[in-house]
Amino acid sequence: MTVAPAPRGSLRAGWPAAGRLRAWATPRTLVVGGCVVIIGYLAVVPLFYLLHDTFTGPGGFTTDAFARAYGGNTQAGEMMRNSLEFAVGSAALALVVGTGLAYLQVRTDAPFKGLFFAASLVPLIIPAILYTAAWIFLADPDIGLLNNSLFKPIFGHGLIDVFSIPGMIWVQGLHLAPIAFLLMVAAFRAMDPSLEESGLMSGASRVQVLRRITVPLLRPALISAALLMFVQSLESFEVPGLLGLQNGTYVFTSRIYFVLRTYPIDFGAAGAYALGLLAIAAAGVLLSAWLSRNRRAFQTVGGKAFRPRPVDLGRARPWVGGLTIIYFIGTVVLPLLVLVYASLLKFYTAPSVQAVKTMSFDNYRQVFHTPIAMTALKNSVLLGVSAATIVMLLTTIASWIVVRTNAPGRRLLDLLAFTPLVVPGLVLGLALSFVYLRTPLPIYGTLLILLISYVTRYLPYGMRYAGSAMGQLSAELEESALVCGASWGTTFRRILVPLASSGILAGWIYVLVVSFRELSSTILLYSPGREVLSVLIWEQYENGQFTVLAAVGVLMVAILVTLVLVAYRFGARIGVNTDD
Amino acid sequence: MTDPMSSTVDTAALDHPDRPAGNAMLAVSGLCKTYSGEKQRRRRAAGLSAVAAVDEVSFEVAPGELFTLLGPSGCGKTTTLRSVAGLERPDGGTISVGGRVLYDAGRRVNVPANRRRLGMVFQSYAIWPHLSVFANVAFPLQVLPRRERPGKQGIEQRVGRVLEATELGHLADRPATKLSGGQQQRLALARALVVEPKLVLLDEPLSNLDAKLRESMRFELKRLQRELGLTAVYVTHDQSEALAMSSRIAVMQAGRIVQVGKPRDVYEHPNCAFVADFIGITNFIAGTVAAIDGDRCRVQTVDGDLWVAGGPPVAVGATVTLSIRPEAISLRTSPAGGSAGGAGTGSAGGTAPNRLRGTVVNRAFLGDSVDHVVAIGKTELRNRSNPAQSIAPGTEVTVLVDPDKVALVPE
Repeated sequence: MTVAPAPRGSLRAGWPAAGRLRAWATPRTLVVGGCVVIIGYLAVVPLFYLLHDTFTGPGGFTTDAFARAYGGNTQAGEMMRNSLEFAVGSAALALVVGTGLAYLQVRTDAPFKGLFFAASLVPLIIPAILYTAAWIFLADPDIGLLNNSLFKPIFGHGLIDVFSIPGMIWVQGLHLAPIAFLLMVAAFRAMDPSLEESGLMSGASRVQVLRRITVPLLRPALISAALLMFVQSLESFEVPGLLGLQNGTYVFTSRIYFVLRTYPIDFGAAGAYALGLLAIAAAGVLLSAWLSRNRRAFQTVGGKAFRPRPVDLGRARPWVGGLTIIYFIGTVVLPLLVLVYASLLKFYTAPSVQAVKTMSFDNYRQVFHTPIAMTALKNSVLLGVSAATIVMLLTTIASWIVVRTNAPGRRLLDLLAFTPLVVPGLVLGLALSFVYLRTPLPIYGTLLILLISYVTRYLPYGMRYAGSAMGQLSAELEESALVCGASWGTTFRRILVPLASSGILAGWIYVLVVSFRELSSTILLYSPGREVLSVLIWEQYENGQFTVLAAVGVLMVAILVTLVLVAYRFGARIGVNTDD
Repeated sequence: MTDPMSSTVDTAALDHPDRPAGNAMLAVSGLCKTYSGEKQRRRRAAGLSAVAAVDEVSFEVAPGELFTLLGPSGCGKTTTLRSVAGLERPDGGTISVGGRVLYDAGRRVNVPANRRRLGMVFQSYAIWPHLSVFANVAFPLQVLPRRERPGKQGIEQRVGRVLEATELGHLADRPATKLSGGQQQRLALARALVVEPKLVLLDEPLSNLDAKLRESMRFELKRLQRELGLTAVYVTHDQSEALAMSSRIAVMQAGRIVQVGKPRDVYEHPNCAFVADFIGITNFIAGTVAAIDGDRCRVQTVDGDLWVAGGPPVAVGATVTLSIRPEAISLRTSPAGGSAGGAGTGSAGGTAPNRLRGTVVNRAFLGDSVDHVVAIGKTELRNRSNPAQSIAPGTEVTVLVDPDKVALVPE
């Protein structure tokens, strides 16, 4: 695309010349069309094959798979009860903790607010599998640090058992709490504080204001957050995988994994479980989205930035500060410390003089001298960077179509790009293996299938980042470039992408970070010799190499912390909104 | 009070003829508030000194008055109001309403907002969107202490009465979010009034309305205030709103009250350049006092002398600034014979207007008026005339200014 030298011609330079075919085959339509096709393929094909293979038996259409999965065995009923108990419990824990912290953060003068922020990064920098492993080190009934060094001397026996439903709820709930925190911070910020102040001015006490004004107003946000937490817990594989598989406490995800690891593999039954999980997850996400859409009805005067006017905690302030520190130590410091501690030991034991004497960096040395570990690291980096790049490329274009054009299918495109949000990782993994086990293309068992899985899973996140970046740019910026004679491609490259770059970069790093710790779809798609870091940790756990696992974990956390720090250096807001 | 500025301001406020006599409904004295939050830390990090949001603010409001705190954003007017409300805790001073001490830094009294029994209308109205119109207004009654709380019927009656007064009676069962802007505004007022507070606080209540509605709500609010005999403190940054509605205005700047007075006094006799400039458009002319004649004085400026009547006392030789409102300037095209050169010809201390010769250099038609810019020597004066008068640029004119309309602004 060259800009015509004559000013008169430049206005028309971007527009196609005569001829119907040439009018269609502009770079713009090709790029846009390609993007739409890829996103459609990624979103739809796996689900189609999942349905197809689950409902197809040797003799055509059948529901046998469902009968095998759900009917006739008591395990299925127990599995569903466990799932429900686990998901509801984790969601409740996460919501209570997250909402409490969010209230303190937004509405009060609580001390150490920086710690809330640091704690809110936990799910980003400590992958669920490591968080679970850390809690095993802390709360294993025999060797767990808390049981061994704290409860045994006092009570004579261990008190907590992480390998139980309450244990799973504890770990999952604490790991999710920061997400609930971020959602509720947004909800509190979106609520005009003068709604509460006018309650006080009306003579209501703080408790009356909380009960009659704050809670009713936040109800939609609370329900929506609760549903999201519920779905996230239901989809979680790491926590029930590490804590429940060994003693036969199954939930949906671990049940699918178990079925696929038991010979002969019953793909149909796994598909039936996957569809059940998918249905519940989709219902939860859709209901939550519908509720947050309705929240707009509760806005009185819109578009105002509310000045934060924190409530004076008064005498409660030191207590709140103390609890904050305990929370921070319990959820961030202890798990990280125990990982570091374990990584320095030969065998995991409770701290003692003897244990300290045997401390060494042998585990790290071993990691660096194991070819498989280096391969895993290389694969993780390669996959993370590629997935992040492809996702942001696709979603930048897709969100441009959705935000800027009035192309007929743009709502559908939006919907397609967000579809993977409702698909649990394990379900996607299963669906993709259905697709590529039958394709003649050599994709199954390569890194490519993992890349496809990551790109699919993280499309919605990319859409969110790119979409909000695009939405903030006035259409006139782009139109003026077109009027100046720039082609669509040039405008996109030189005006839109640079202006939206901080949002796109934030999305890129976010996708990189989440790809790095992805386990639930990887676990079904990787093949030996092509491990990634998270799978390596899983394998080491299964082999009982806990201390090496800890060393890999520490390295992984270090990498993630670096990535997140780099993101903040670039001023990219990921995870949390820093202004208050 | 070591600062000379603040002491002059305070005496000006206290000695003012319009000061409410005796028992004030609201008395605020020596109110101070410095922010200690993030902003302040950032300021300190940037090497700036701590800034008081409110600095030794004192005023009194008589029963039945509508007292306005007027100033640009960040002048401390909202912080003052919120301190009275109890939503913000001041650092020093006292606040009492109807003789009841609500805040006294010295005696460590600080009645919480929900025990102060004041009515307040917020800028965003703060209408509870999950409640109906009726439930919004009933809320303050429902949370009264048990022994004062009216029964179900009592609540219905009182809510009904206040809804009628604000012309919302027919909307009682509507969800509050289904009201128009003006109705929401009236609802916020009804909620503030339902417990019949001694004092109503209004925080920029009209700023969220569109221009037309704002105009009509001004009169509406004024009518309600007068009919119900409300005492109100009104915060606004809109000078025309303040002029139209207030019994008295306190103009605030950088945390201090710089002038208190009736709207007309503040408009016509600003006591400093800030007030003159903030309230309305004005022409500033610098000069020196050349002669004094009774309550009038002759001020010498670069482009001629001007007679000034009824300003604050000045000495001959003092440097002063004159403020002339555009509408106080009238223009004549008729070639007035005689004194060219533009010297003031107020013959022998009479009341005749100042006369100056000038040339129209610019003109703008504004619908309800025509603005001219007139050059007199090096000075350009802005005039506002009746739309019937429109003078083409380049025309020579005689400029007439009544000495009463020239305000002498102390330096």
